[in-house]
Amino acid sequence: MANITHLPTKDRAEARAEATRGGVFFTPRVDIVETDTELTLFAEVPGVAPEDIDLRYEKGELVLHGRVQPRTERARMLLQEYEEGDFYRAFTISESIDAGRISAECKNGLLTVHLPKVEAVRPRQISVRSA
Amino acid sequence: MRSSRWQTFNPVWNQLQQLQEEMNRLFDRWSNGRLFSGAAGFPALNVWEEGDAVHVEAELPGLDLKDVEIYVSGGNQLTIKGERKPHLPEKGVWHRQERTFGSFHRSLTLPFPVDADKVEARLENGVLHIQLTKHESARPRKIVVKAG
Repeated sequence: MANITHLPTKDRAEARAEATRGGVFFTPRVDIVETDTELTLFAEVPGVAPEDIDLRYEKGELVLHGRVQPRTERARMLLQEYEEGDFYRAFTISESIDAGRISAECKNGLLTVHLPKVEAVRPRQISVRSA
Repeated sequence: MRSSRWQTFNPVWNQLQQLQEEMNRLFDRWSNGRLFSGAAGFPALNVWEEGDAVHVEAELPGLDLKDVEIYVSGGNQLTIKGERKPHLPEKGVWHRQERTFGSFHRSLTLPFPVDADKVEARLENGVLHIQLTKHESARPRKIVVKAG
């Protein structure tokens, strides 16, 4: 198993619309895997509770906004290596997705989104009978 | 970028520009162009003190507390160890792969000794929070001044 030696720094994100609350937005790191039946997206949203995730799919676009609860005031910082802030990212989904069956779950700051493909675009195995 | 005419006609300017580019690259590598990302390793840590308590936080999305080991040694040495296991779908095509996996190890020397018996840790929504208590010897002491 390889060691994680380099720090994957958090990238700042530009929110589409102006936010009412000040603060920084970050781009969540994602893995996206496509199988025969669905696209699965894994997004890292540390510090975001499942109920604070706003996930929308509209006109082929998946928009993710994770709100980080404001943390308590820290009187005396001794070391600050990262910033905290909301997560925002939008994806254009090109494959035909069955929007009604999109589901998502979030555990330990890792959001998993299942985007099932519509039946018509799934590859189909055609069984060939011997004549 | 400046006009290339300068580079051809003025060798000193050319060299200065090269030097500047070198410096930029150096800083980019160290800090990624930002103030905060100067972490000495993975995971990045935020540390703050509050009275007799010292708080250490790290973002470890996808991990359970059982995947993380925390040690306090030598009075003021805090070590966080763990492993992020990859999730491998049996078959499928990767469209994006931005997350990192593997084992990690981070040590931090705290500015004062802590009580090794009073360490509390929790992992909530992918954020590891460790609370340590300053050792008695490091706490401020009120000195009673007697009237002479």
